[in-house]
Amino acid sequence: MITLGHMLTLSGILFALSVAGIFINRRNVLLMLMCIELLLLAANFNFVAFSRYLGQLDGQIFVFFILTVAAAESAIGLAILVVLFRERRSIDVEDLNTLRG
Amino acid sequence: MLVEILFYSFATVLVLSGLGVILSRNPVHSALSLVLCFFTSAVLWLLIEAEFLAIVLVLVYVGAVMVLFLFVIMMLDINVEELRTGFRRHAWLGWVVTLTLIGEIVGVIVQRRLGIDATQGAAPLPPGYSNATALGEALFTRYAYAIEIAAMLLLVAIIAAISLTMRRRRGLKVQDVAAQVAVRAEDRLRIVKMEPERKP
Repeated sequence: MITLGHMLTLSGILFALSVAGIFINRRNVLLMLMCIELLLLAANFNFVAFSRYLGQLDGQIFVFFILTVAAAESAIGLAILVVLFRERRSIDVEDLNTLRG
Repeated sequence: MLVEILFYSFATVLVLSGLGVILSRNPVHSALSLVLCFFTSAVLWLLIEAEFLAIVLVLVYVGAVMVLFLFVIMMLDINVEELRTGFRRHAWLGWVVTLTLIGEIVGVIVQRRLGIDATQGAAPLPPGYSNATALGEALFTRYAYAIEIAAMLLLVAIIAAISLTMRRRRGLKVQDVAAQVAVRAEDRLRIVKMEPERKP
């Protein structure tokens, strides 16, 4: 039997891995976007698990909307990335210092 | 017993491919590992009987989003080695954050302060239950406005992505269809009356 604890632990590991990925690949915007996708997947894991183990469907509907928002986010993120690469010929985060942030 | 074996084997594949995403030298390998992540997650969701979302995950993520990612990776001419120079410098910070997060999450789950029993199995489903039917009924009745907002959001995303990436290059030779259609014979051809050059 797969318990709720199994699923939550797995999604926790996945979440932590993707947060580590954001720290490790701090210079590559593309990999940071991919890590954000992985992070959303881990969050979706929690929603699906709780939905199934509490016997309520609403969690799965939430996952549906998260998938929609994540798809929109990655499309716009990649579009910005393409424009950025056209301007700078690089996707290094450290080159993004126009705003002096 | 079989379910546990399947769960553990696919969970191992999921964690290993997650490691592959964040540690690969080549962005293409990262993207392909992420595809594997989505596939194994779909299998795990199937195991806990969330079939519709498992299929949606494969269709939307593997079929659309990851193809977009691979497309962008291959279209951009990225210098991978230059981007990897800060790798060692930031790696320890990443691992510290990871271990802290795992410790916190496992601590919360183990101590059962969630208000629910984390060792319970999935809620039993009635016979003849269809996940897709149940989701569809909820989506188009209680969540009808929400799904319309989601559709609008996707439309906005399409328009934003297209308008961001569209550009006009200077010096590019393109057809002006309106001008081509509006042209008349006398603009192009001039008929000149003249005497024959040589007498017959």
